[in-house]
Amino acid sequence: MKTVVQGTHYDNYKVYLPLIILPFWLLLYIYLESISNYIVYEISGMTKGTHITESIRFFIYEVPKVMLLLILIVFVVGIIRSYFSPERTRKALEGKPLLIGNIMAGGLGIVTPFCSCSAIPLFLGFVESGIPLGVTFSFLIAAPMINEVAVVLLLGLFGWKTALIYVATGLVIAILSGWVIGKLKLEKFVADWVYQTKSGSIENTGHIVSFNDRIEAGYIAVREIVSKVWIYIVIGIAVGAAAHGYVPKDFMASIMGKDVWYSVPLAVLIGIPLYSNAAGIIPVVQVLIEKGASLGTSLAFMMAVIGLSLPETIILKKVLKLPLIFIFVGIVAIGIMFVGFLFNFIF
Amino acid sequence: MNIKILGTGCSKCTILEKKVSEIVNNNSIDATIEKITDLQEIMKYGIMMTPGLIVNDKVVSYGFIPKDNQIIQWLEESKQ
Repeated sequence: MKTVVQGTHYDNYKVYLPLIILPFWLLLYIYLESISNYIVYEISGMTKGTHITESIRFFIYEVPKVMLLLILIVFVVGIIRSYFSPERTRKALEGKPLLIGNIMAGGLGIVTPFCSCSAIPLFLGFVESGIPLGVTFSFLIAAPMINEVAVVLLLGLFGWKTALIYVATGLVIAILSGWVIGKLKLEKFVADWVYQTKSGSIENTGHIVSFNDRIEAGYIAVREIVSKVWIYIVIGIAVGAAAHGYVPKDFMASIMGKDVWYSVPLAVLIGIPLYSNAAGIIPVVQVLIEKGASLGTSLAFMMAVIGLSLPETIILKKVLKLPLIFIFVGIVAIGIMFVGFLFNFIF
Repeated sequence: MNIKILGTGCSKCTILEKKVSEIVNNNSIDATIEKITDLQEIMKYGIMMTPGLIVNDKVVSYGFIPKDNQIIQWLEESKQ
């Protein structure tokens, strides 16, 4: 009889390779600023302080920095995610009371593997197995908004404090929005066929069996995500670099400054239909802040662009009736505005 | 043998469909390949991530694009 080997075949060097690369990664990351300065000022001999030099220096430094962070964090997150699956998350959420369920769903939304094209099957799988609508929404709000690409860019371009604020407030929005949706008892606005069909269940197909498989998952995540987002990062930072050198300081202060009260709702309204991923929008937002936009307004803008997107909302139309879509977008938008106002008030 | 690809039309689903039909052709495996895009039909298999790969009505993988040799192995096992 033939033995069945589930899981991928791996090469052993793949497990040790990251450990060998890590010191080089660290060295490169530490000396990156000096290296890029050397390239721009010494090798190219460009004049210090001019707009064009500063724009080019910005680009030459920021692109490799963000890419280095991206590869490391996506690799680690890929490994972490291999410990989670939608099935296990669903099991963990079954039978949890409302608020606790929302908190867990928000947290699990960050770590469970998720892609926006799977949002609908996931939604169906959750509600059909009896997980409350509000808890399901907490998951569906947290999963796209708090993703590793957004965290990488915030970490690289804004520093760890802003990254932490983004994750924490995003989580609070996901938990509370889901909780409110749960309290409002909106099940009647879910497409009728959803509760009538029963989804099948599958036993764990057991692709991931060993630690080597988890490392392999890290490689796959890096390959998949980096190949998808690198172009957005390059374009986003290029736009940022151009504005960095050429747009006058305080240019944005009169439009997106903290003293302009309507800047937050306006940023959210503009952000919802704008379709971009974290990789494209965050470098642009960095420049907005540099040119006088306030943190609260910028944060609200980013969250609206990344967390609420028109195409995804349209896809939801397959399983939700219109009133629920509007309520969902409305509640999340209010949550985002609240975060915007709060941070404009504090800072 | 009957192969089904479950997916609502994301890029990964299209890639998987192409890959599977190439493998079937190259190895002259006797199989029909069906693309299932209907949500209710997809949910019957209980998967929560697309694309799903179904061989003889059994879910062999979902949520990612398996490697070529892995797919070949699954098809060989189902051939008998």
